Amino acid sequence: MEKADNINLKIGLAEMLKGGVIMDVTTPEQAKIAEDAGAVAVMALERIPADIRSHGGVARMSDPTVIKAIQKAVSIPVMAKCRIGHFAEAQVLEALGVDFIDESEVLTPADEEYHIDKWRFKVPFVCGCRELGEALRRISEGAAMIRTKGEAGTGNVVEAVRHMRSVMSGIRRIQSLSDEELVTEGKKLGAPAELIREVKKLGKLPVPNFSAGGVATPADASLMRQLGAESVFVGSGIFKSSAPEKMAKAIVSAVTHFDDPDLIARVSEGLGEAMPGLEINAIPDNERMAGRGW
Amino acid sequence: MRVGVLAVQGDYSKHVDILKRLGQIPYLVRTEAELNQCDGLIIPGGESTTLTIVMHKHGLWEPLRHFGERRPIFGTCAGLIILSSRTPNHPFDPLGLIDLTVERNAYGRQKDSFIDEVTVSWEGHNHSIPGFFIRAPKIIEIGKSVSVLGRHRSDIVLVENERILAATFHPELTDDPSVHEYFLRKV
Repeated sequence: MEKADNINLKIGLAEMLKGGVIMDVTTPEQAKIAEDAGAVAVMALERIPADIRSHGGVARMSDPTVIKAIQKAVSIPVMAKCRIGHFAEAQVLEALGVDFIDESEVLTPADEEYHIDKWRFKVPFVCGCRELGEALRRISEGAAMIRTKGEAGTGNVVEAVRHMRSVMSGIRRIQSLSDEELVTEGKKLGAPAELIREVKKLGKLPVPNFSAGGVATPADASLMRQLGAESVFVGSGIFKSSAPEKMAKAIVSAVTHFDDPDLIARVSEGLGEAMPGLEINAIPDNERMAGRGW
Repeated sequence: MRVGVLAVQGDYSKHVDILKRLGQIPYLVRTEAELNQCDGLIIPGGESTTLTIVMHKHGLWEPLRHFGERRPIFGTCAGLIILSSRTPNHPFDPLGLIDLTVERNAYGRQKDSFIDEVTVSWEGHNHSIPGFFIRAPKIIEIGKSVSVLGRHRSDIVLVENERILAATFHPELTDDPSVHEYFLRKV
């Protein structure tokens, strides 16, 4: 297949996931709860980020048994994570027929210099970012979807907000530049000039722009969508809450009707405890996941 | 004439882009009140389970059925599944607005998705357009009231009846607006 066709097909699937919620699950039962609540896709994991954080050690791609069991349980797309730069894990996930791969900072990076060359794969990739330059570097490597990194497994939305605001203000800044300023802007951001030109033309990223890393309530999901996220990943926020099924349904409603506060008020009633959450400053620098990758 | 685009979930912004190119002012629909402002509606691609669950939950399902009994609707991919009459491997009953039996994800997972030429014909003209088939459904059976407008190889991929137009692929992901143009003539 031609390179252009291939990336358009990958971005096509990302387009289909817009306005939906992608939920982290660790068992077929959780996957079914997610699908029945209206998730557009599930992320098949051995451990959710909050548990990866407390477990410590090297976090790797999930056991294929877990992924296959989840693929069997649901009809919606199944995503899975590989380590940054670990193209062999990505090859395995592609062989398993995973619909989308998240080259994720939540797992321990396998390569501290290079991310995966995603053009080589037929399966689409999503990658995390903290600012526009990082988003465009991942897109230039072939990512078909971008998400904020946030700080996974914390239940604290502050980092996701910081990253989304940074991406969106970077886009607005590019739109205000004259054409002769674009190459220099690319140099400053560490991103290819071609992509800078495209962002100026489109007024947005050339691939769907989602949010992840700390979303724990319907109002968090609405916040991220109002800041510019086209969809929301919810990791630990659902299955670390006291009533996962209700929380899952409420977040799905909040993502669709993100600009309807009356509705979000209604779906937020009686959800029980959200996940406990972590203060970002209480996490030592070397344990923060967002700093992984570049 | 006001054409709405169901904006509950999916690639609705792609349909909006094409409608704008065709000189329309697209109107996003998330509620019954918004639906009733429209002369025609597009149901986009997305996840058919998510679309069905959210529409049931927020009281849009029955209004959508009533709308489709009076006004034209165009559905792509998940939209086609929702408009059809029988979906053996889907957890919810569809709207039954066009007499089709549809198999969901019939080609397989994303690794089996593809882009290939689709031949469409109406008003005596044949032409080919690029067809994006993304975890696409297949039409297994059509009723007598349904006309075939497009095929990929031997598969039926674009159909219509009096009010409904439905595609198993995504014309909204291409630069070719001809299928949308055809729909606007039905509105």
